[in-house]
Amino acid sequence: MQGFQAKASPPSDDRRWKIVEGAMRRHGHESSSLIEVLHTVQETFGFLTDDALRYVAVALRVPYSKVYGVATFYHFFSLKPPGEHTCVVCTGTACYIKGAQSLLNAVDEIAGIKAGETTKDGKLSLLTARCLGACGLAPAIVYDGEVGGKATADSVKERVRTYMQSETVATGVGA
Amino acid sequence: MNQEDLKEIAEKQKEANAPFEHNIHVCVAASCLSSHSDQVMTALDQEVKKRGLEQCCKVKGVGCMGLCAAGPLVSSGNNEKMFQNVTAMDAAAIVDNVVDEKPAPAAIVLDSKLPFFRGQKKIVLENCGEIDPEKIEDYIAVGGYEALFHALTSMTPAQVIEQISKSGLRGRGGAGFPTGLKWSTVAKAPGTKGKYVICNADEGDPGAFMDRSVLESDPHRILEGMAIAAYAVGANKGYIYCRAEYPLAVKRLKDAIKQAEKLGVLGNEVCDTRFSFRVEVRLGAGAFVCGEETALIASIEGNRGTPRPRPPFPAQSGLWGTPTLINNVETFANIAPIVRNGGDWFAGIGTEKSKGTKVFALAGRVTNTGLIEVPMGVSLREIVYKLGGGIPDGRKFKAVQTGGPSGGCIPEQYLDMAVDYESLASVGSIMGSGGMIVMDDSSCMVDVAKYFMDFCMSESCGKCVPCRVGTAHMYDLLAKITNGTASQEDLAMLERIAEVVKFTSLCGLGQTSPNPVFSTLRYFRDEYLNHIERKSCGAGVCSQPKAAGVGA
Repeated sequence: MQGFQAKASPPSDDRRWKIVEGAMRRHGHESSSLIEVLHTVQETFGFLTDDALRYVAVALRVPYSKVYGVATFYHFFSLKPPGEHTCVVCTGTACYIKGAQSLLNAVDEIAGIKAGETTKDGKLSLLTARCLGACGLAPAIVYDGEVGGKATADSVKERVRTYMQSETVATGVGA
Repeated sequence: MNQEDLKEIAEKQKEANAPFEHNIHVCVAASCLSSHSDQVMTALDQEVKKRGLEQCCKVKGVGCMGLCAAGPLVSSGNNEKMFQNVTAMDAAAIVDNVVDEKPAPAAIVLDSKLPFFRGQKKIVLENCGEIDPEKIEDYIAVGGYEALFHALTSMTPAQVIEQISKSGLRGRGGAGFPTGLKWSTVAKAPGTKGKYVICNADEGDPGAFMDRSVLESDPHRILEGMAIAAYAVGANKGYIYCRAEYPLAVKRLKDAIKQAEKLGVLGNEVCDTRFSFRVEVRLGAGAFVCGEETALIASIEGNRGTPRPRPPFPAQSGLWGTPTLINNVETFANIAPIVRNGGDWFAGIGTEKSKGTKVFALAGRVTNTGLIEVPMGVSLREIVYKLGGGIPDGRKFKAVQTGGPSGGCIPEQYLDMAVDYESLASVGSIMGSGGMIVMDDSSCMVDVAKYFMDFCMSESCGKCVPCRVGTAHMYDLLAKITNGTASQEDLAMLERIAEVVKFTSLCGLGQTSPNPVFSTLRYFRDEYLNHIERKSCGAGVCSQPKAAGVGA
């Protein structure tokens, strides 16, 4: 059993793979732990690379097609790298009723991206969540993992502007 | 760990709490945390230390107090004093008020006698806002795990199930199936390869956050309910399938499991008996369909969350083909009080066919958004106008949407209807998991139907054709109606497809996805006709050719 698993080696010598290996070990390399392991990969690397999917497939002895199928079935998993900053707009019913669409429009107006897109310079990703369960704070938006409640189009524009401007200052890259 | 040990822990914790003349509770559930209640707690702590009041004033992080819209919330003296929209800067004023009875700034005073608080009856939420969710001793001090001990040491599994049946408790996940009947089916099923207990904490309904609050505020209550259930049906292993979108709930659950195993109220030989029960948390990954029990099981097994036809029901053949009991978070939260107080006690609350209380997430266009727990049978009017404080901004009430995408919109004429499983069904909606979205005249009902159809379309797992194709087709037709290009034939087509999807889909997601269409057509048909015939949207939401000045 142990010998069999030793065959699967991580795609690179990035030390972060140790975390993923640890997660697989904790679950005894059970194929049923696939989703748990993908969670660990995404938490560690930010998204799921094709290399990671292939590695997980071999390590858990699950067909690659199934790993790919699972990774694309669930909304929580992303196969694309996230931007440096992320805005997640909640589109649950309460937030929808209270104007989530205007928040999405606000981000589009400043950054020129729609839900699911990342700006060309990789500065900002705009995502939507089905419901954050923060309905008391509707409309809710998550900036870089921090929940902001009772958002308005103006407050969103201001935040997005700071993200976009920080780029010019930090990298000095002209448009 | 035996009953004496448990009592000792409870006594010790009570003693530890006793010398404090004043208690300050700070909500540390996700909603208030997102408005920085952690900073408030630190500031209060520092203020108390600065004044040398550590011996008489205790600052404690507690679970959800319910009125999320006014957060961060702070309370004191058994919730007699309450403070809203608190910031770290208010710490001194709060300590002044609590300890020295100095008046607090009006901006942060919250009337604790509001009908929002007074109108509730708390069973599921009784510990929320009272105990520290991160400390098992705090839970034990309010009688936690006593019910589990009692069940294990002086009741047979059959007697436990008898009490649950007697209580009349129905599944709080939405369908309202009698819990006792489900438990006895699993108990009777032959489980040569073991049995499982699963807690469905994949609260995917948009507009619902009851489960999140309970998990974050009182995680041990769920573990205790699951352990009692496992004992009753003969299972030794449990899973909590929780949404990954609720990281705080996941963390508190995992911590709670560790604490409970350390104390011996979970794990091997629970409470020094021959009963063993282990619980593991499994993360969902953002698929609404995984709330459906067979899809949820597929997901725990590491597969795509697609449902399969039933029968066989999970009670006979569930996780890895073994008998499996699946209940919702709120259902499990009701178990310990029922075992403690007896089934008859629970059956004395609520209506004839719907017993007990129900937790609702009240949100949308209502003054007091937040979490409430009321006895079954309370009227919608009482919820919206008394507890909810009515519609803000002088707007007019239009409808209450219950049950999420599987539910429907209830118009004004039914406001005095009692809220229970049967009466909600009779007006074309459902109890669902307890999301309640209030809408005023700024909402367009066709647009709302389109919103839910968009949700169902993108959440359809795609396994069966009626759901995969039907929801997309219905969405297109609704989009046509809202953008003013639809004809009467399109409306007729919409109704036809809705029927087909309802009757031919494989699982609950598809079967119930036309419900928002049915219910809006039933009560707000004129709005549909308005869009089609006059190409105008009364609420000014939809982009209609003729409707001028349509904005966000």
